Amino acid sequence: MNFDLSEEQQLLGDSLKRYLTNEYSIDARTKIVASPTGWSETVWAAFAEMGLLGVPFAEEHGGFGGTAVDVMLVMEALGEGLVVEPYWVNVGLAGRLVARGASAAQQAQILPALIQGKRRLAFAHGETSARYDLRHVGARAKRSGAGYTIEGEKRAVLHGAAADTLVVSARTSGADTDSGGISLFLVDRATAGLTVKDYRTIDELRAADVWLSGVTVPADALLGAEGQTLPLIEDAADYATALLCAEAVGAIRYANETTLEYLKTRRQFGVPIGSFQALQHRMVDMVISYEQARSMSCFACVKVDTAGAAERRRAVSAAKIKVADACRHVSQEAVQLHGGMGMTEELKVSHTFRRLTMIAQTFGDADHHLERFAAAG
Amino acid sequence: MDLNYSTEELAFRDEVRSWLRSNLPDDLRQKMESYQELSKDDLLRWHKILAKKGWVAPDWPLEWGGTDWNAVQKYIFEEECGFAATPPLIPFGLRMCAPVLLRFGTEAQKQRFLPRIYDGADFWCQGYSEPGSGSDLASLKTRAARDNGHYMVTGQKIWTTLAHHADWIFCLVRTDPNTGKRQDGISFLLIDMKTPGITVRPITLLDGSQEVNEVFFDEVKVPAENLVHEEGKGWTVAKYLLGYERMGTGRVGASKRELERLKELAADYRKDGRPLLEDPRFRDRLTRVEVELMALEITNLRFLDQMRRTGRPPGADVSMLKIKGTEIQQAITELMMQAAGPLAQAFRPVDAMDFDHFTARLAPRYCNMRKATIYAGSNEIQRNIIAKATLGL
Repeated sequence: MNFDLSEEQQLLGDSLKRYLTNEYSIDARTKIVASPTGWSETVWAAFAEMGLLGVPFAEEHGGFGGTAVDVMLVMEALGEGLVVEPYWVNVGLAGRLVARGASAAQQAQILPALIQGKRRLAFAHGETSARYDLRHVGARAKRSGAGYTIEGEKRAVLHGAAADTLVVSARTSGADTDSGGISLFLVDRATAGLTVKDYRTIDELRAADVWLSGVTVPADALLGAEGQTLPLIEDAADYATALLCAEAVGAIRYANETTLEYLKTRRQFGVPIGSFQALQHRMVDMVISYEQARSMSCFACVKVDTAGAAERRRAVSAAKIKVADACRHVSQEAVQLHGGMGMTEELKVSHTFRRLTMIAQTFGDADHHLERFAAAG
Repeated sequence: MDLNYSTEELAFRDEVRSWLRSNLPDDLRQKMESYQELSKDDLLRWHKILAKKGWVAPDWPLEWGGTDWNAVQKYIFEEECGFAATPPLIPFGLRMCAPVLLRFGTEAQKQRFLPRIYDGADFWCQGYSEPGSGSDLASLKTRAARDNGHYMVTGQKIWTTLAHHADWIFCLVRTDPNTGKRQDGISFLLIDMKTPGITVRPITLLDGSQEVNEVFFDEVKVPAENLVHEEGKGWTVAKYLLGYERMGTGRVGASKRELERLKELAADYRKDGRPLLEDPRFRDRLTRVEVELMALEITNLRFLDQMRRTGRPPGADVSMLKIKGTEIQQAITELMMQAAGPLAQAFRPVDAMDFDHFTARLAPRYCNMRKATIYAGSNEIQRNIIAKATLGL
């Protein structure tokens, strides 16, 4: 048993932190958020340059063959820096689907370009009534000629508009909530019949609603086995959720550091407000939340690489329960302890508040994972 | 990063586990599992079995009978004991007085007391709290006046756990009442409980149990050779002990066993004809405790790993293990009591009859476990420690 980080892991985390400190101030971030696309090609190119986009992917595609713990360190730094670029969606989610489920030819076509920063993906899966149920797919794909025609609509597709290729789930058989019958397709953004409506999210990312109307794709657009991709989707969702926990850990770390600093500098009644025990104890509880969340994030990241499906499910749900609670607890307290300043857009902590709020209910809130944890036995 | 135990660590765990399985007497295990009170004899019997094996004081130096186990091995041993439902080792001699003697005691004091602590010949208790000095320990008033070759001790201690079993008590006493700083003028004194002038009066707790006492000192004559460290430097000794006290308070192994027991109970008790465990509201509360315990276990291991790597003793951070560990212990006893529903009201039989003794332990245990967030530095004091020492507030 050890929690050691290798030298490479340290270097990776440190170099990213240095880059973000220098290049990703809250002002720089604000400009990026307000830009037409809502993300920065310069930053993305720098990520590619640093090798971040290839961390978990196989060396034959130009990646490093890294573990989830390697990506965890990147995600913690991105959470701390409150980065809006679509790293998680590409490397942790859609990239995972490709790395785990795509054919050799598809991987050779997609992964090197993704790793070099030349091609972006998104995962178009969620639908209006699906909530957190990964099986719920109402979109339909029918065989037509040598390929498929897809009909349906997808909601809240994170960074959908930034993607060159969407991984779209659609049902090739069965009813809306059947486990079987779900297929995945690689759909090029330029495909006729595909409409992508971009919008800003409360936490300043981009998401899109996607309409597929008579979208025709060739047979080799199918990712994984026809009708049998639910296990693949569940694997990617768990992997991405573990990494999202790591992003939360980074954001919580920032919220705690800045709140502690504020307690030491803000003066009322002639003394720093951090001298009040009522506030000290709340700050301590925030630190405990952080440590517990970090423990569970490590646990989940180790398990998504090493455990079988049942154990993986249990570990990820346990982590998400704890992390979702910590997201809410720390973000709410950070704003409260900052007083009126915490309410302003001016301070980074209010942006961190919004990101933590949304992380708490991405891929399942605590209630959802309580249910799933119990079902996992 | 590797969260699994290494092959060597697993081998050690298996060795401990199988030894415990063949050496923990059945009647003691059953008493523990059915939450019966343990007698002094029960406690000492287990102490002596471990002493014979050489495992009663893993933290001590080898020359005094300790082990050369590393931090992870010590943790594994404690967790396995918790999981196997061994009686607790009473910490006052083994984990409190002994480390103090090893650090501050004279050679004569070590020779005189350590072997008897090791083999269970002397039963120790801790004389810290006083009626006016709880969390504010430095305000203590028990007076020890130097008179030739001895001290005359007069005053009162309270909440003295197991003083009614004890042969010896280590006390913080005030040897100089006229210092500028209250922390100065306190001394650390070892007192034979058979000395004339000592009266022990039991305090009955809210669950009907008698584990703590008041201890009165009326002109108790203590030989000066029983002073540990310098006169007036007792506060240094007390602070040294604090870190030791907190590291072991997570009690992850015992809580894991209790949680499994809770699940069994919740599977047996019915609600609307279905196992209570299937009730979403009850189950969610249970799951939250289970997740807290998982997080505590990993946090505990992370801290141990940090100690192993840096070679530094536990810092103030370990206070959070005490906070979380005790909250979890309380939550489990509360859920167990609630699982029994109206049957949890039972306490003690009046008429001789077929009485369900096990269920009647659930509410008293809930009541008793309220102590966990109060003792060994209340959880509020633990938060003060983290705020000051870790956060610099």
